[in-house]
Parts: sequence; structure tokens; C-alpha cells
Amino acid sequence: MPAPLLEMRQIVKTFGSLRANDHVDFEVQSGEIHALLGENGAGKTTLMNVLYGLYQPDGGEIYWKGEKITLHSPRDAIRHRIGMIHQHLMLVPNFTVLENILVGLPSPKEPFLPIQETLTRLEDFAAQYGLPIDPTLKVKQLPLGLQQRVEILKALFRGADLLILDEPTAVLSPLEVEEFFAVLKNLVGKGVSIIFISHKLDEVLRISDRITVLRQGKRIGTIETRQATQPILAEMMVGRAVALDHSFPKGGAAQPILELKGVSLTRPKVGRVLKEITLTLHSGEILGIAGIDGNGQEELADVVCGLIPYSAGQMFIEGRSILNPTPRKMKAAGLGYVPADRQRVGLVKNFSIAHNLVLKSFDAPPFNAYGFLREKVVRLNAQQIIAEFDIRAADLLQPVGELSGGNQQKVILGRELKLAQRLLVAVHPTRGLDVGATESVRQFLHAQKQKGIGILLISADLDELLAMSDRIAVLFRGEILGVVPGEAASLPAISRMMLGERLEATA
Amino acid sequence: MEEVVWLTFLVSLLAAGVRLATPLLFAALGGITNELAGVLNIGLEGMMIAGTFGAYIGALLSGSEWGGALGGMLAGGLLGLLFAYLSITWRGDQVVLGTGLNIFALGLTSFFFRSMYKAGISQFVPSFQAWNVPLLSDIPLIGQIFFRQVPLVYLAYMLIPIATFLLYKTTWGLKLRCCGEHPRAAETVGVNVVKTRYLALCLSGMLAGLGGTFLSLGQISAFTEGLVSGRGFIALAAIIFGRWKPLNVALACLLFGVADALQLRLQGFGLPIRYEFLLMFPYLLTLVTFIIFVNRGDSPAGLGKPYPEK
Ligand SMILES: Nc1ncnc2c1ncn2[C@@H]1O[C@H](COP(=O)(O)OP(=O)(O)OP(=O)(O)O)[C@@H](O)[C@H]1O
Ligand SMILES: [Mg+2]
Repeated sequence: MPAPLLEMRQIVKTFGSLRANDHVDFEVQSGEIHALLGENGAGKTTLMNVLYGLYQPDGGEIYWKGEKITLHSPRDAIRHRIGMIHQHLMLVPNFTVLENILVGLPSPKEPFLPIQETLTRLEDFAAQYGLPIDPTLKVKQLPLGLQQRVEILKALFRGADLLILDEPTAVLSPLEVEEFFAVLKNLVGKGVSIIFISHKLDEVLRISDRITVLRQGKRIGTIETRQATQPILAEMMVGRAVALDHSFPKGGAAQPILELKGVSLTRPKVGRVLKEITLTLHSGEILGIAGIDGNGQEELADVVCGLIPYSAGQMFIEGRSILNPTPRKMKAAGLGYVPADRQRVGLVKNFSIAHNLVLKSFDAPPFNAYGFLREKVVRLNAQQIIAEFDIRAADLLQPVGELSGGNQQKVILGRELKLAQRLLVAVHPTRGLDVGATESVRQFLHAQKQKGIGILLISADLDELLAMSDRIAVLFRGEILGVVPGEAASLPAISRMMLGERLEATA
Repeated sequence: MEEVVWLTFLVSLLAAGVRLATPLLFAALGGITNELAGVLNIGLEGMMIAGTFGAYIGALLSGSEWGGALGGMLAGGLLGLLFAYLSITWRGDQVVLGTGLNIFALGLTSFFFRSMYKAGISQFVPSFQAWNVPLLSDIPLIGQIFFRQVPLVYLAYMLIPIATFLLYKTTWGLKLRCCGEHPRAAETVGVNVVKTRYLALCLSGMLAGLGGTFLSLGQISAFTEGLVSGRGFIALAAIIFGRWKPLNVALACLLFGVADALQLRLQGFGLPIRYEFLLMFPYLLTLVTFIIFVNRGDSPAGLGKPYPEK
């Protein structure tokens, strides 16, 4: 075998008493797609941050193209042509797409910004890789899927021999994943090597050449993808056999709990993002919402949760009309909400896990007595949820910002699933979770459903929707094109509706 | 006849407004720079104070007003460097540090001044004289208002497009603004956030120092205590009012300058109001601006937060 493109030897990185990377060896061959797998908190992002110069390792060496290198900052990584797409997007929401791409890019005509050149190159890239984007839009106006596209373009613009992709597909819909994989294949064809992190084993098996698995900071092993199967990988990750494809019993819907009648939402400059949505969710039912990202799913969730006032229509909970819903009213009505953008909406990063877990309930008993926070109860609550959801953290007072991506999500899930007394709106609830955690969240959702809670499940993962939902409604450009039963046989109909075809059959 | 009197009054009011806006403008342009880089600099006031004294010493030593300007910039710049060291390297709270800086500058200049002049009266030093811009100063009205001023005023005009260009049209400006919006994202594309913020604060200090220079060498030719008296805070208000865009901020400064000029003139009118109330006018305007505009939300997202986060 030729000398590897990259070799990381015995990398150690500790945070306080926690060893996030414990003597990890990792190598990438030129021209390969190397997948990095591991549970939430296994140390994948940490290892990649070391490689990108964001963290200084406490031990170990890095060899790049045969030479030993030291990376003091991302500048060094960029200079060596190492690129990275981060798990939490590194975009400036207030900047336009173009500005986000231009930041830090060397200019052929310093100090002027190479605007014209970049626009031309952007068109080239768009055509070449199938990544069209409107460069004049502000990033905050884009759905997550398109924001991801901006990150990809950013990395491509900087030029890279090695591209680190930290869970790039977590925010993509199945169709976008296909496009994305085509982009990756294209890149590999042009001599770029890729490190690919994902929790979706089927993706990893399809796209990678080799797979390295980490568990609790240690390298468990590296195998050729052709010799790998999902059960093998899952066992390497978790350390024991994991049940993978679980399907859940359907049925059990009772009386209507949430009804939307002709609900529309108009946004300034954007236009109508929701068009006369009429839906009924029953208690004890999981109603799936399918659709390509950016077709109104997130707005629908925000409207139901009272975050955005709708422009027209009516909303009922248990038959009672809810006028001007606010998050507080909806919470009081027994609603839990797992938002799509957990980084911005769901958590206060500097607060401890314990405090984040009572963000919505600190003002009432049992957490509050006479206006004082009852820290003991707050901590007890945290202990319970941490155990129940298997949140991996140093202790319950650790700031949420220090947790691994997947564990941050478990914190929100733990809080919201507890709050949901009648109704739960979950947007991509298993996005970014490892196989074990995904499984337990699905179990939990199912258990809630059996308790008679109505669940609106918005997900880009069709397999998840099919496995869990009793019925599936498809959103396209803010409109519901049809509702079908949640069974494998509905798949072709769903796919067609996701692309805009209207179907007559409803369930 | 009546009209001529009014016109003369208006022209002299506006000319004075332009003059009084100049120190604000220098400080505000400095403040825009450090705020867009993500550092909240309440210490603008202190930097201006340092500038008034530095300029006086500079002029005294060099025997030239331009030497004074250099001294003012140096004094402000040094405070900027100190602020950067404490807030970036030592991660101090920016609001607390800024307030401390103001008190520090006030105390230090008074200390030096009083140890130099026991009587509390300084000598006169070379100062900036009005210079009529050829041709432009002959334009009726406009010429009298804008083009019969001291050179520092013209420098301030020129800095408006220069700042707009540097901050909004160059690679450097884009990097700087990225540090203010999302420092971690800036870091991941290879921007040195710490260096950028240091530089922004030094530049800001130098500009505020020029503002101070204008107060001691552009209006009077000496140093006294209390020359700045809150102008650094008015500059902060102008930045918010003008939404971090140099031209808009300049217009806001002009508004405050004119308000100040008006207040001075009204004092001479012998209105049946105590002059203290008139004195309050520009500050009241500042307060109102803060109340109305401070929560409009398009401030740089990372403003006031230390980086790295921990
Ligand atoms: N800046 C930090 N300070 C303290 N602890 C940290 C920090 N960054 C990561 N950790 C800890 O290091 C461990 C590894 O985290 P890392 O982000 O590498 O996990 P990961 O494998 O990427 O997980 P995920 O799949 O959830 O993204 C976690 O236990 C996390 O809490
Ligand atoms: Mg990670």
C-alpha cells in the first residue's frame, strides 16, 4: 500500500478529566472516502477538530503527505489544503450567501473583494456539481438544506485535497443526499480524499471505501466497507448487538386532539409559505409530515407551537378554538416541541444541563417555590432525564455547549418529551443521533403514543416516517398534497407528492 | 431684512453644527470599527480624553499642531491597545473594562495636568486654524457651512467614504465583520480573530484620539479638564442611530452637533429657561436615541462576547 495521505498517530485530547480522544490512530489513503463512525460523544468531532487545527492535541502526531506537521490554527489546515464542513454550520446568518463564501478567501485584486470572479465561479460550480444557489439571499432566509449547500460551496472554493465532512447529511432530505453523494463521487474523481461522518449506517455502507469506528474516545478498528454490514458496525460502535430495524405497531387513534382548518401563513417578501392547511391529529396517533426540506415543515411546526401567528384559518385543541396561540398558551395546553434548529432555538449553551432541562418549567412547581428555584428538585429532574435518555456528560452542571452534538439534542428531547402531556411536535427528532439513541427515541415516541398523546412527526427520513407514522401527509410548497397510510406501500405515492404531483387517494 | 437675519443665523448654526459634529464623527468611526469586529467599547469617552491631553503634549513638544494630532492618536491608540489586552487576552468583561477605562483616562490626565501646572491653567500651544478650501468655500451657503473649517474637519469628511470602503467593500472589512458576527466561523475560514480585534481596537483608539485632538487643538489651543464631557457616549449613540453605516452615522453625528450648536445659541437668546436645561438638550437626544433604537436588532451578533468562548 502506498504511504497514506494522512496519518494521525496516538492522538490524545482531554477536556478536564474527560478523555475525548484516547491514543487514537487514524489514517486516510489518497482518493478514498473514509467513514468515521461512533456513538454520540465517541470523540469524532474532537478528532476532526484536532486535524483542522481548532484543538491542540495533548499528545500524538500528525503526518500529512508523508511529513510531520503541526496545526496551530485552521489557517495551517487551509494552507495544507485540508477543508472541513462542521457539524454545526459555520455560517453568518446576517451575511449573504456570497459574503459567506467570500470571507477569508484570498483575492486576486486585494484589497477589493473578488465579487465578479466569485459569481462566475459559483455558476461554474453550480452547473458542474448540481449545486445551484441564489448568492444574493441572506443565509438566515435559507432552509437548513440550502445552508448546508453554502457550506459545501465554501469548502470547494477554498480547494482541498482532504475534505472533512462532519455529519453533512444530517440536515439533508433523501433526495438531497443522493445529489450530495454525486457531488462526493465527483470530488473523489478529481483527486479529493474525504472523511465522512454520519450516523446513518446505510449511507456509510453505500458511499465509503473504509470505515473506522471510535468508542468512548478509543479506536475500535478499521474495516473495508465491502466486509461490513449494519449489524457488524452497530456492534463495533456500541459494544454489543443492537436491534436495528424495528417496526412499530400501528393504530390506536382516538378522538381528534389538534385540528387545523385552512391555516395559511404569509411572510413578508417570501409570500405564502403555508397554504390552507387542513389537518386533524388524533390522540394516540402519530401523524407524519413528509416533504423536501424548505416546503413549509418548519413553519408548520412554528405555527402549531405558537411561535409564529398564522395569517388565516383556525386552530382547535380538543375541539376548542385557540385564538392567537403563543408558546406559553400551547405549553399550558400540554404541547411539547422539538424544534429543527436546536442550536439556535432550543438551548442556552452557557447554562448547565440541569437548567436547560427546566427552561420551560422553572416558573412553576415542583421546580419553583415562592419565586425561588428549587435547585434540589431541578437536579433530581436532571439526574432522571440524563439516565433515561442516556445523556453522556461529565455531570449535570456541565454547560450544554460542551456536550457532543448528539448529546445536546438528547437534552432538548428529554425536556420536551416530558412536557408533552397531550401533544408533541417533533421536527427531525433523531437527526444527528447515533443508532442506539435513535432507537430509544423512537421507542419513547411510540410509548407516548400508546399513552394517548398525539404526535406530529416532521422528518426528512422517510424510513423513519414509514416505520412510525399511522398516517403521512406530504407538504409541497406549503400545501398538503395528500395524506396516505403509514405503510411501505405508500412510498411511491409519497415520493411523487414530494416532487409536486397531486394525488386523489387520501386516508 | 428679517429673512437675511434668519439665514445668517441658520448658516452660522449649521457651520457650528458641522464643527461640533467632527469630534463625534472621529470617535464614532472608531467605534464602528471595533463594534463591527465584535468588541463593545464603552471606553470611547476615555480614549477621547486621552486624545485631548496627548494632543496638547504633542503640540507642546513638537511646536506644531500636526505633532499634536500625532500625540492624540498615540494616546488614544495606546488606550485601545490596553483595552484589547485586557478584554481579549485576559477576557475581561467589556462593559466593566470600558467604564474603568473612562475613569482611568480622566484620572490620569488630571493627575499629569495638575502636576504640570499647579495653577490649573495650561499654556497656549499651536492649534489648527480655519482653512478655506479654494473654490468650494466660495459656494454660497454651502461654502460657509462646510468649507471654511479647520483641516481636521476635512479629514473627518474624507474618512467617511474611506471607512465605508474599508469596512464594507474590502476583504479585510469582510473578515472584520465576520469576527463581529460569528467569530468561530471566522476562525474556521482562517481569520485570526484575536489579531483582527486587537487591530480594530487600536484603530478605534487612534480615531477617538483624533476626536480628542479636535477638542483641544481645533477649538481652543490649550488643555482643560472636562473637554470631552460625554461626547464619547454621544458617539456611541450615533453609531446605533446610524446602524453601523459610516454615512448614516455621520448624519447622526451632524444631528447631535447641530443640537449642541442650537443649545449654545439659545443660551445667548436669554430665553426664560435655565441654561442647565438647554445644556441637557444633546444628552437628552442621546438618551432618546438609545431608547428608540438600541433594540432594533441588527447589531453584530457577536458584539460584546469574548472569543474564544472559554
Ligand atoms: N469544548 C469541550 N469542552 C468539554 N468537553 C468537550 C468539549 N468538546 C467535546 N467535549 C466532550 O468530548 C466528548 C466527545 O465529543 P465529540 O463532540 O467529539 O463527540 P462526537 O463523536 O462528535 O459525537 P456526536 O455524534 O454526538 O457529534 C463528549 O463527551 C463531549 O462532551
Ligand atoms: Mg460530533
